[in-house]
Amino acid sequence: MNITPDRHLFTPQEPEVRYVADPDGLDGDVDWKAACAFPNRAVVALSAILQREALRLLGQQGRLFAALVRPLVWLFVFAAGFRAALGLAITPPYQTYITYEIYITPGLVGMILLFNGMQSSLSLVYDREMGSMRLLLTAPLPRWWLLTCKLVAGSLVSVLQAYVFLAVAAAWGIRFPPGGYLAALPAITLAALMVGALGLVLSSFIRQLENFAGVMNFVIFPVFFLSSALYPLWKMAEAWPLLRDVCAVNPFTHAVELIRFALHAQLEPLALTVTIVALAVFGAGAIWGYDPARGLAARKI
Amino acid sequence: MGGLNVEAVTHAWGARRALEEVSFSVARGQFCALLGPNGAGKSTLFGLLTRLFTPLAGGIVIAGHDLARNPQAALQRIGVVFQQPTIDLGLTVRRNLLYFAALHGLSGRRAEIRVMAALDRLGMAERAGERAGALNGGHRRRMEIARALVHRPAILLLDEPTVGLDGAARAAIVDHVHRLAAEDGLTVLWATHLVDEIRPPDRLVILHCGRVLADGKAGEIGGADLTGRFIAMTGAAP
Repeated sequence: MNITPDRHLFTPQEPEVRYVADPDGLDGDVDWKAACAFPNRAVVALSAILQREALRLLGQQGRLFAALVRPLVWLFVFAAGFRAALGLAITPPYQTYITYEIYITPGLVGMILLFNGMQSSLSLVYDREMGSMRLLLTAPLPRWWLLTCKLVAGSLVSVLQAYVFLAVAAAWGIRFPPGGYLAALPAITLAALMVGALGLVLSSFIRQLENFAGVMNFVIFPVFFLSSALYPLWKMAEAWPLLRDVCAVNPFTHAVELIRFALHAQLEPLALTVTIVALAVFGAGAIWGYDPARGLAARKI
Repeated sequence: MGGLNVEAVTHAWGARRALEEVSFSVARGQFCALLGPNGAGKSTLFGLLTRLFTPLAGGIVIAGHDLARNPQAALQRIGVVFQQPTIDLGLTVRRNLLYFAALHGLSGRRAEIRVMAALDRLGMAERAGERAGALNGGHRRRMEIARALVHRPAILLLDEPTVGLDGAARAAIVDHVHRLAAEDGLTVLWATHLVDEIRPPDRLVILHCGRVLADGKAGEIGGADLTGRFIAMTGAAP
């Protein structure tokens, strides 16, 4: 026992409360009351979460670099080798014969979004980021808003990485119409949000993942390969119609097609609809999964 | 109004009951130690108090706000220090606190003033510009306590905050938090399995296997030998 006698100094003072409600006088300010209103607090929190993500990204330039290596290897090595093997017919949005690199670039943008979305959402499952999620969830704001902030922050990083990739590809000579780069911004953003929301749903349901390899095997690879990222669907139908059908219902296919058409300054209504619906479904799933009455409660943390 | 009320809280993980009708209340300005061996249900209770999940039954009232009915008002009134550190090691101490301040709606000059005041209260003001990763364990914990005070909560919840710290750092933190209760009128709930962090005048709630075994003044429950009494009650080595 380590109790020393002079501890009477710390006797709790029940009736005599010396707590000063407003020691620095900041609360007396009328503006403070307005600043406490929900929309203001919500915006302050969102900008702080975005800022934190930006500072973290700046602090780890390696993260940006690492995220680019994978798609660039696919583009420079895989696509270069594959172009000879694959003949591409002229299908929308293409109006002329294209190289395989042009075909695969939107798919690789999708790959960046997919890896990044899974990484930022599923890092919540690991202890490393779980702490920051706990901290976030104790903020006096609605859960759905906190999850939205988290999703938007992660997605913006993805969008940034996608554009750096497009810039490197352009420097290599793989270019799209100038208007396409602008039109692709909302498409890439929407796709990033959709994939990030999928990651959030998974993070609320998966109890534990040994490592990222598990996510690669069971989520990223199936989602990526069962899509139109690498081959057009009609080409897949030649090989195995069922495979084409599976790819056609994969929301990631539609996200990639949305980006593909947008990069050629065109809109694909079906792809847009499916991506939006998938975002809504995954978003609702994430809110449900993170409901205090279940979800996280299922995992002992 | 500034106190904490836990009323018949029951929670289970699957078939295993983690908390069974746990009730106690802590008055404003009181330092309450929640003592229990590992697995007593302390962390589950902290998860419920911070609304990471909701109890199967029972209610929690924080500074007059029902956590189930008015969660945001209740969460606004608590500051939490989790057992596992929740720090961005790459950011400075000041940035870490500003981020948290913003989660509570504080921004601009107001946030800067509050952050510096909170760091000053814990004797950490001169470290505001240091990278959090460069701090030692004791200072990281103090930073987390300062962070929990930025929005000036009525209740401070600490879940085994001295885990992994050396003796001197532990003593300093125990001392700091006792002073926060005595001098600032902060209501403190301090979960621990270490008897030597508790002082005779402290309020003490002993939790074991999800039930409250004892509730009262530490000096009265333990007499001259709280350690011996605790072991006798729980059959656990402290």
